[in-house]
Amino acid sequence: MSNEPSTSPGDDPATATAAPACPCGQARSEEELLARLDEVLAEYVHVPGALIPVLQITQAMFGYLPETALRKISKALDKPYSEVAGVVGFYSFFTTVPRGKHLVRVCLGTACYVRGGKEVLAALKHALGIEVGETTGDRMFSLDVGRCFGACGLAPVIMIDDDVHQRVRPAKLARILDGYRRDEARHDNGEDA
Amino acid sequence: MISLTVNNIPVQVPEGTTILHAAAQVGIHIPTLCHVEGLQSIGACRVCVVEVEGMQNLAAACSMPVREGMKVRTNSARARRARRTVVELLLSEHNGECQTCDRNDDCELQSLASELGIRYVHYTGERTKQRVDMSTPGIVRNMGKCIKCRRCVSVCREVQQVGALFPQNRGFETVIGPAFNTDLRDVACVQCGQCVAVCPVGALTERDQIDEVWKALDARDNHVIVQTAPAIRAALGECFGCPPGTLVTGKMVAALRRLGFDAVFDTNFAADLTIMEEGNELLSRLRRALVDKEDVALPMFTSCSPGWIKFMEYFHPDMLPNLSTCKSPQQMFGAVAKTYYAQKLGRRPREIFVVSVMPCTAKKFECQRPEMDASGVRDVDVVLTTRELGKMIRAAGIDFEALPNEEMDAPLGLSTGAADIFANTGGVMEAALRTAYEVVTGRGLPMEKLHVAAVFGLEGVKEASLTIEKTLPHWKFLEGVSLNVAVAHGLGNANRVIEAIRSGEKTYHFVEVMACPGGCIGGGGQPRFTTNEIRMARIAAIYAEDEGKRLRKSHENPQIQELYKEFLGVPLGERSHHLLHTEYTPRDRA
Repeated sequence: MSNEPSTSPGDDPATATAAPACPCGQARSEEELLARLDEVLAEYVHVPGALIPVLQITQAMFGYLPETALRKISKALDKPYSEVAGVVGFYSFFTTVPRGKHLVRVCLGTACYVRGGKEVLAALKHALGIEVGETTGDRMFSLDVGRCFGACGLAPVIMIDDDVHQRVRPAKLARILDGYRRDEARHDNGEDA
Repeated sequence: MISLTVNNIPVQVPEGTTILHAAAQVGIHIPTLCHVEGLQSIGACRVCVVEVEGMQNLAAACSMPVREGMKVRTNSARARRARRTVVELLLSEHNGECQTCDRNDDCELQSLASELGIRYVHYTGERTKQRVDMSTPGIVRNMGKCIKCRRCVSVCREVQQVGALFPQNRGFETVIGPAFNTDLRDVACVQCGQCVAVCPVGALTERDQIDEVWKALDARDNHVIVQTAPAIRAALGECFGCPPGTLVTGKMVAALRRLGFDAVFDTNFAADLTIMEEGNELLSRLRRALVDKEDVALPMFTSCSPGWIKFMEYFHPDMLPNLSTCKSPQQMFGAVAKTYYAQKLGRRPREIFVVSVMPCTAKKFECQRPEMDASGVRDVDVVLTTRELGKMIRAAGIDFEALPNEEMDAPLGLSTGAADIFANTGGVMEAALRTAYEVVTGRGLPMEKLHVAAVFGLEGVKEASLTIEKTLPHWKFLEGVSLNVAVAHGLGNANRVIEAIRSGEKTYHFVEVMACPGGCIGGGGQPRFTTNEIRMARIAAIYAEDEGKRLRKSHENPQIQELYKEFLGVPLGERSHHLLHTEYTPRDRA
């Protein structure tokens, strides 16, 4: 599995300082996560411009932005709920629907588009059996599109979580996806042992 | 001072002035759309673009500050073309339906298109999606008509600090609305209608209930009566081309009679009644605090403004005990009309149909609150805004200006000057002090023309202090007490007062709050468009009405005295408690 260093993100400012997902990979209960969110909010409550960083952290924690978390953020940062929702809706990075364990994003920026990004996307839809914005039934993968990840020389690229996969061809996809499935399986077994 | 020229005319203005204001100073009008006087300009619509010599791009006049030696051209070919393009693009998306729009003949986009001489729209394409949100009693959102100027967002966030509206989504998909495009009913909207008051098009309107009133008038089986709020008489004339500040009390009464109402009454009557109850409530709270040493909620807040009430329920639910338990004059009127007045007529409460004319959209919400049925049925049946009454009079073919001046009917039509000033910021406070001071000392308020000068005008928060001396024996505990009062209008200003109270920085006994800037005369149901100049003109008219009356203190109103003698007993008595007082419901804001 190629693990290129993270490249600078593209046009979506929301991705610029995205906090990493919880490293242990363990699912936590919503109460635990909300308690952690309280700690985050306590840290950010007097920081100007805290809304976007807090949303990024929250999404990294929960995998998406649940309504309970958003309402908590609105109250804690003393921002109208309409504004919190407006910011969430403005940036395509933010999502209010639960995502799979791995987020697959296909670049449809100009370079990737002309070098087959669209075909890669079609193949991914077929392989995962979902449309853009959806999540697989086993909650393993979510599919999204992006507009330039800043890796045009490697086009077409896809990103899975923070990994950039370069010069992707539809035929390579099955192996890439299987790599993530195997990692999950190993992780689960390790835990069981 | 900065010197510049606008269309070759030299002008000097202070630093920080915008091109828009500099141009206005030399009589040059630059069209605007998203700009609202008194609010931070956001330069979003680009209708006000002008050419500035040496600048590559056109500048938005509403937000660009002047610079020394600047040469501005407001009417160059490039500026005119750009402006026209901007408006054409707006028109190409706008789901206007002008012929059937609430704002037909009163639409700023329509006027702008006319002003710019647009006779053809060069762009075709997708139109803004229609979606009509009728979820609240007071306000209707028609999103197909929204041009995304964001005036409503500014006024809701900055002036009212409610923040019910914000742009949702992005690009062409942008909708100005509540969080995640839910219905207005599902978010903390106080129904004040300031968004409706600033909307340039037909996207935000009051819920039109004119037909419900026609239906009641046509049916003739009920006794249909009408009450008009204090603020209507100083603004209704504007619907018929009268200059702001024209008092039309007599013509308004004549028009209502010609529309077919069985009796034309006055919310002012109920305003006098409110003072009797609220003044006594304040004195009772003071007695309990100072004599009985009870833990009484002070300061007491006024409770006439339903937008303010809902605001407290959402944003300061812990301070609900501070709100006076008095119903608003509208609801007191309804309760008295369907009991006391109904009994006089020998009718049952449900045979009386009460229509209110209010400067307010929140009153439409208030009248359908579940607790507002003291008479056994809904106390107020339908609320019309000032604008709706104007439309109704026009639809009836009444030549308003030619009407004679007529008088309100008895017994719910007589009022004092104290009731008139309920219409404007500071008025309820002054009216309450006129009565409370006299109750306590046996003497009139020792002020010029009975006016509490310190609470005049449009400053956001006003304060006064009144030392009480030589009290009557019953009120000895108030001897030498300095009564501290504050007045706020606009909910953002109310928040400032509340913060000062919470922090302990200020200690007040009595605070008047009106949800809308300027008070009810600037309400969400008043003729558009309300500027501070218009607010002041309406306020001047209201004070003139007050000063022109023989009776200027609520307790002097003989009909009120009779109401207590025949029916209510005493202020704060058992019947009053049941009919004239209410309770509040904490609401979750998010």
